[in-house]
Amino acid sequence: MLNAAPVEAQVGRPPDPDPGPGPTGLASALGLYAAVARGAFRRYSTYRAATLAGTFTNTVFGIILASSFLALWQARPNLGGYDQSQAVTYIWVSQALLVTVAVWGGGFQDDVQDRFRSGDIAVDLYRPVDFQGWWLATDLGRAAFQLLVRGTVPLLVGALVFRTRMPEQPVTWAVFLLSVLLAVVVSFGLRFLVSITGFWLHDSEGVRSVMLVVSMFFSGMLLPIALFPGLLGELAPVLPWAALVKVPTDVFLERATGTGLVGALGFQLAWAVALLAAGRGAQWLATRKVVVQGG
Amino acid sequence: MAEPLLARTGWAVRSWWLCARMWMRSMMAYRASFALNLLASLVTHSLDFVVLVLMFRHTDQLGGWRLPEIAFLYATATFALGVANMLVGSVDGLGVRIVNGSLDTMLIRPAPALAQLCAERFSLRRIGRPLQALAVLAWSLATLDVHWTWDRVLLVPALLVCGSVIFGAIYVGGATVQFWWGESKEIQNSFTYGGATLLHYPPTIFAKELVAGVVFGVPLAFVNWLPALHVLGRPDPLGLPTAFQFASPLAAALCVAAAGLAWRAGLRAYRGTGS
Repeated sequence: MLNAAPVEAQVGRPPDPDPGPGPTGLASALGLYAAVARGAFRRYSTYRAATLAGTFTNTVFGIILASSFLALWQARPNLGGYDQSQAVTYIWVSQALLVTVAVWGGGFQDDVQDRFRSGDIAVDLYRPVDFQGWWLATDLGRAAFQLLVRGTVPLLVGALVFRTRMPEQPVTWAVFLLSVLLAVVVSFGLRFLVSITGFWLHDSEGVRSVMLVVSMFFSGMLLPIALFPGLLGELAPVLPWAALVKVPTDVFLERATGTGLVGALGFQLAWAVALLAAGRGAQWLATRKVVVQGG
Repeated sequence: MAEPLLARTGWAVRSWWLCARMWMRSMMAYRASFALNLLASLVTHSLDFVVLVLMFRHTDQLGGWRLPEIAFLYATATFALGVANMLVGSVDGLGVRIVNGSLDTMLIRPAPALAQLCAERFSLRRIGRPLQALAVLAWSLATLDVHWTWDRVLLVPALLVCGSVIFGAIYVGGATVQFWWGESKEIQNSFTYGGATLLHYPPTIFAKELVAGVVFGVPLAFVNWLPALHVLGRPDPLGLPTAFQFASPLAAALCVAAAGLAWRAGLRAYRGTGS
């Protein structure tokens, strides 16, 4: 893709060939990933019109879904432990998270898919930069931009049009941001595993479309997990997708406090570490498998 | 004027069919993949209805409407969107074609550009959404407690056809915006997918301004809300004249005329870069 150019330009000059161990090596590696993330942020900020259009769509869906939730909570006050304004706020926060956390996939996945098709993936693997780390950095840069625009605008409109519930403790905002960061990393971990199946399947589109369904449902994007019946309701909160929407909204609505809050963040962190480790393992297997066709 | 218009429309439909058939044959080369994709599409689209059913595990009415009635709204809106998406949905690729210059290729072919654009990558897989909607509709009609008079019976197929036409016109009209604003595709999504989501729920749960907006602005209410009021024997929250409940064909015709005019204006404003 043409627009990948600015990101690559930043790393066209690789870091020192062998930075060696020690604090300088670590600092330069971190600097590199920070540069990659900044590049991704700038790249996404180029598409202002598309971002505006997307923000509009998030807002429209927010209004429709918030109205439907309002009707449901009018019929059943305190359903699932949410009061009416919490239920409406749930919709607006989840709309803010939809693209930021990439609940239905996308972000770096499109780039990786293109690179599978073109064969450039082989080049990525012998760059002096870690494959997984590189894409994680780009995804964090992307998420930061999306949160800034597609996250804040719908939330603001929602707060103006509906009776929403904003955090009472100022510190909740900071914890919420931390929870969103963890949600993005968990989402990255899941999407990375999906994309890496491309090494075996050549095309991860099929797996992606299955993941979209699973992710939209089990993240609580369509309906809060607290409303799931029976076994589904017991299973969904422990699956990794709960870290994408359920936990950040719980933090925002101050449903998780004290040890519950620590537990919720710990849950996200645990899945983030587990998924990144699994991704690393899959990457190790995949690189063993790549056959580069010359040309 | 009527004769050539009719002949031109006939030729456009034939061109669409020729293109669509070509794409169908090319995709049918991979039968297993087609079957899997169709199955995935059926499951994916059923999820929206599953969410409605889950909501109704916690309540027996939403905005005063019961599940079979909401299933009727869901099924008719989803069917209309699904048919429009299958027949002309590819038109939203216009912006990309303008950027990469492939619209010019379509313009020099001896077939209407709009027909080619709509048939581009035509895929029968998209039949998953309307099929799933028909299954829900069948369940809803069987469960509904409605006194079936002949006008109500006739209104159901009429609203399915008119609804599909209205959504089709919204697809084409929305895509036309991309002639001027190439990145507007997402806005269109809020009227197509967002519109269908809106129509899944009864009009009683939305603000009156919003309901009035989809009656007099973007005429989504004519897809299923207004005719459904008559079929289900429900009072109109806006208190509009009864004639509105039968006006879907007129609304559909107006939508098509508006989309057609917008398309012509857009095509005239378009300047290829020659690359």
